[in-house]
Amino acid sequence: MTAISRRRLAALAALAGAGTLAGCARTNPLDAPSPAATTPGTMSGPGTPDAKVTLVVGSQQYYSNEIIAELYAQALENAGYDVERQFQIGQREVYLPEIEAAEVDVLPEYAGNLLQYYDKTATATDAAGMTQALAAALPDGLRVLAPAEASDQDSYTVTKAFADEHGLTSIGDLAKAPQPVKLAANAEFATRPYGPEGAKATYGVDIELVPVEDSGGPLTARALKDGTVQVADLYTADPTIAKEGFVILEDPEGLILPQNVVPLVSSKVDGAAAAAIEAVNAKLTVAELQALNARSIDEQARSADIATDWLSAQGLA
Amino acid sequence: MNYLLDALAWIADPARWPGPDGIATRLGEHLAYSAVGVLIACAIGIPAGWLVGHTRRGRGLAVGLSGAARALPTLGVVTLLGILLGIGLVGPLVAFVVLALPSVLAGAYAGVEAVDPQAVDGARASGMTEAQVLTRVEIPLGLPLLVGGVRSAFLQVIATATLAAYVGAGGLGRYLFLGLKTQDYPQMLAASLLVVALALVCDLVFAALQRVAAPAGVRPH
Repeated sequence: MTAISRRRLAALAALAGAGTLAGCARTNPLDAPSPAATTPGTMSGPGTPDAKVTLVVGSQQYYSNEIIAELYAQALENAGYDVERQFQIGQREVYLPEIEAAEVDVLPEYAGNLLQYYDKTATATDAAGMTQALAAALPDGLRVLAPAEASDQDSYTVTKAFADEHGLTSIGDLAKAPQPVKLAANAEFATRPYGPEGAKATYGVDIELVPVEDSGGPLTARALKDGTVQVADLYTADPTIAKEGFVILEDPEGLILPQNVVPLVSSKVDGAAAAAIEAVNAKLTVAELQALNARSIDEQARSADIATDWLSAQGLA
Repeated sequence: MNYLLDALAWIADPARWPGPDGIATRLGEHLAYSAVGVLIACAIGIPAGWLVGHTRRGRGLAVGLSGAARALPTLGVVTLLGILLGIGLVGPLVAFVVLALPSVLAGAYAGVEAVDPQAVDGARASGMTEAQVLTRVEIPLGLPLLVGGVRSAFLQVIATATLAAYVGAGGLGRYLFLGLKTQDYPQMLAASLLVVALALVCDLVFAALQRVAAPAGVRPH
């Protein structure tokens, strides 16, 4: 509801702005069109302060995604752009039409899921291949910038003790543990390509799913920690993994699609804006993303403050 | 309308009924969770309610406490207990007890309180002890209201027992969550229909029980 009303407000503000511009045009009919009145996207020089383009930065309804969106937003502001924030828009089915309709210009996305959305038959399984495949699959007017090293994806995660006991480093090693291995994840894990069937076909591991419906949240982590299950599907950017010393099992066969953080941008994003966003991405490692998320969870810090602190610590402010 | 037909076809598919993930198992789990939750609530609520009804003391406290506990969102209780005690059945069961307790308690004390005071006075006058007044007059006469309280508690718990699946237990909630997360709406609807059907059947059983529970002398003709 908030997102909708906020968007409605933004639309009203845009209308009001357009009205003012029209008024100006009437009073000064002989004036050349002012830079602000030109169509967006025709900005002449990168970051020229008098030619301000307003870029709309959106985010998913997911706290970690909002933090990344805030990083991009502040980086753009530091580069001299006006930024309008439309965070917590919802899930892919809701916000992708928005960005296709040029209502949103910048959105932090995840490579694998974005590619799957536009191309269900995609076969790329590594970050580089996916970036290429995305370039071909995205609709006209949209493109992705360089992906970050950080990814936020499903994982087969175990406790340090369990990994040491059975000498586990990759998912395939789970075959060395007593079968079937109990795994906590959302119910839909059973139907995913990287679910029990995929694990059996790719690595020969027998998985018994224990459905816990909090999407890798505290209930899932608790079940892993207390040994109710031996494996849990936690998101790789979850700070709980570092805090509890959990071990993410490697996936050499590419069972799970990589979900590197990749900025999805509209044609309004010019070279300088892209450079500002890519500078953020270049510093965004898994550990950094976990640390950013940890500040939100542990300190309940606002995403704006988290982003400001991080950008200045990274020398990007 | 298509969803409804799909859902009915989903339920009617005989391949879905047997096995450890079958509908029969899930129905049984659902019923068992609800029954255990309500039984525990009865073990606590009925003696407490009879005491409150008989002595006419502590009613405000009992109603206030159970009512306040009832106001806790059940999903919140399930999640919190899951984090504290680990996933499994314990968290949901506690939540179901909390949910069932107010109705059971109210049924127990309202039944005793609603007994005609002349009957109670007559029992005392004929030399019955307080315990005899309670067990021979107040409890039997209040039984229909008590069964009514248990009936309403059972219905509420059956409708809520889908949440057990949120923390790794079974029950019909399994289909509900899987359908929700995979956009399989016929499956979701089928699960809901099964919960509704189970609730209706149980309600009929309780309605019959309630009629039988009334002592012969006060049964409506």
